[in-house]
Amino acid sequence: MEWVSYLPSLARGALVTASITLAAIAVGAVLAFAAGIARVEGGRVLSTVALCYTEIFRGTSLLVQLFWFYYALPLVGVSFEPVETGILVLALHVGAYGSEIVRGALSSVSVQQHEAARALNFGRMQTLFRISLPQAIVEMMPAFGNLAIETLKLSSLVSLISIADLTFRAQSIRNLTLDSAGVYSLTLVGYFAMSLVLMALMRLIERALRRGPAFPRAAHS
Amino acid sequence: MMYGFEWDTATPLTYAWSILPIILIGLTVTLQAAAAGFAIALGLGLVFAMLRRSRIRTVSWTTAVVVEFLRDTPLLVQLFFLYYVLPDYGVTLPAFLTGAIALGLQYSAYTSEVYRGGIDAVPRGQWEAATALNLSRMQTYRDIVVPQIVPRILPAMGNYLVAMIKETPVLSVVTVLEMMALANMIGERTFEYLVPLTLVGVIFLILTLICSAGLHRLQKVLPKAGIPLR
Amino acid sequence: MTQAVKPPLIQFTNVAKRFGALTVLDDFNFEVAPGEKVTLIGPSGSGKSTVLRILMTLEPFQEGQLSLAGMSYHEPNGTGPFKASERHLRQIRSHVGMVFQSFNLFPHMTVLRNVVEAPARVLGLPRGEAECRAIDLLAMVGLADKKDHYPSQLSGGQQQRVAIARALAMRPRVLLFDEPTSALDPQLVGEVLSVIRGLAHEHDLTMLLVTHEMRFAREVSDRVCFFDKGRICEQGAPEAIFTAPEHPRTREFLASVLR
Ligand SMILES: Nc1ncnc2c1ncn2[C@@H]1O[C@H](COP(=O)(O)OP(=O)(O)OP(=O)(O)O)[C@@H](O)[C@H]1O
Ligand SMILES: [Mg+2]
Repeated sequence: MEWVSYLPSLARGALVTASITLAAIAVGAVLAFAAGIARVEGGRVLSTVALCYTEIFRGTSLLVQLFWFYYALPLVGVSFEPVETGILVLALHVGAYGSEIVRGALSSVSVQQHEAARALNFGRMQTLFRISLPQAIVEMMPAFGNLAIETLKLSSLVSLISIADLTFRAQSIRNLTLDSAGVYSLTLVGYFAMSLVLMALMRLIERALRRGPAFPRAAHS
Repeated sequence: MMYGFEWDTATPLTYAWSILPIILIGLTVTLQAAAAGFAIALGLGLVFAMLRRSRIRTVSWTTAVVVEFLRDTPLLVQLFFLYYVLPDYGVTLPAFLTGAIALGLQYSAYTSEVYRGGIDAVPRGQWEAATALNLSRMQTYRDIVVPQIVPRILPAMGNYLVAMIKETPVLSVVTVLEMMALANMIGERTFEYLVPLTLVGVIFLILTLICSAGLHRLQKVLPKAGIPLR
Repeated sequence: MTQAVKPPLIQFTNVAKRFGALTVLDDFNFEVAPGEKVTLIGPSGSGKSTVLRILMTLEPFQEGQLSLAGMSYHEPNGTGPFKASERHLRQIRSHVGMVFQSFNLFPHMTVLRNVVEAPARVLGLPRGEAECRAIDLLAMVGLADKKDHYPSQLSGGQQQRVAIARALAMRPRVLLFDEPTSALDPQLVGEVLSVIRGLAHEHDLTMLLVTHEMRFAREVSDRVCFFDKGRICEQGAPEAIFTAPEHPRTREFLASVLR
């Protein structure tokens, strides 16, 4: 069986893919909350800055962004390691799309909840962090789950800036062996498996957030 | 020089201006690839959606797995697969077509979900009426279901078209000379990537903003076209 | 009468309130003495909720003066729709509490935390003290045993009683009730009314109550105000209003609700 010999190399690549994806999701989630909250609560200046950020990163192509950070920025004296570039660009992507999720979930918290908070004299930040966000986070989870899968898939693009992720390893092996069908089938299955794991992980988080009778509605994706 | 256009790197502005015609040639390729890919996604997605609803278990179940697989694996790897594996089996396609098929395959997974949502929203009574009129399953889809779901699914489809346009630069890896591939080539020759890549980014941004505005208008106009959206 | 001696706690002077082109309150004048229990009745859309919501600073008003305990709602050079700073508004809110028609409990918090959260966060009370206070209040509304439940596990009547405890935990001088029993099944109305009846005996608490429970209004209030088209058309002691209404609109309204 030829393809068994690819496994160690592909596995190492998969590890890189998983690390980059998880790092990008973690950093991106922070960006998403910052930008999403700024959009809703930030006042004129902050919300405009957040809006520009989301529009620019949602409106241009991810691969263009990746190359821009990889090829163009160093020419003006700003350079990162390729892995840093990959994580940064993916995180900015997650942050931009995630901020829309955060914004949507925050604005779906009912007016009545805001009025109850006001009647109890909560301040704006207290209302945000004690009342709105805890309710909104549960609503965000399915959409964040999809975004996480999206990020895993898009992480394959970092192979194009010479990061040895799963796709990069697949390319190397195929250039060596010319066994395209075997290598790429294995790679696709690898990504599929990682997607399923990531999906299960996100569902677990959602389940944990929904636990207890506070949010009795059934989880759905 | 490329496509007969000379670049002028004196200042960023003259540089951008001089390469704009080249990038615009790339833009036409980008748009063609997205159009072809989207046509495939629209057709194939509908087929998937109908097969998902098949009464034969094996068919609906297999379709579900295929769609899930297409949706959960990267476009880039699917593209490599088509580009390198098909020729091994004697199917040699131009890079552009391979790219369009890859885009179409990936997005058919998304569009099939949109169709499914739309079809599920068609009231039961409509299906029963079609049965009562003795329409075949094909006729029911063609004459009853599709016309009803079109206005309902247009906004979601529009969003996927915009998303697809933004993913076309991936085709550059299999030598399709769309905008970003040309920008990179210019960069390689002038050792100056900032202007061409920024230019491509700006064009994408403009394209996206125009499409979003168009979609927004569409959503305002549609409810007047007869079929209620909810 | 004590009312003449004490200055009013709440005073609306020539207040105008508009939603766009729709004028809801026009040249509105209204006073409430400290400790007074006032019921607002009137047809739908007459502006009863609007009065309470203005008092709770949920709605701004455009013209006139409103003061509470000597504090004016508008600041001399205040900006924004409320013509006041957030700080000033919070100062006002610290004296006012509100019970909503739809309860509006926080679904992600237990009953106890619903009652504890505001005193702990807003008043800065130590948790332990806030919890003691909360448990006392929950006992008062008869729900001490439900403290670890979530709102979704309670009946409407129970939720509304928690909401009353939650509002009381902030020790407001003025408590506003906007149709507190309208969203309840008929058999649950009684338990909420009996809690409110208990509060009506609190000497220091000023209460404004919007309700369609006329018998209850008659029983607990010092004064009943009949609203019509954004004005107080007739007001007085409950006996007077219910037994001998003077204004034809009042008679008409009472006839329609008492049947
Ligand atoms: N947010 C708003 N925007 C526009 N108009 C409003 C708004 N809130 C209330 N109104 C209008 O103001 C008027 C008075 O409303 P309000 O809620 O105070 O009446 P109400 O006396 O409480 O009636 P109900 O018994 O139905 O609760 C109504 O005509 C209502 O339509
Ligand atoms: Mg009302």
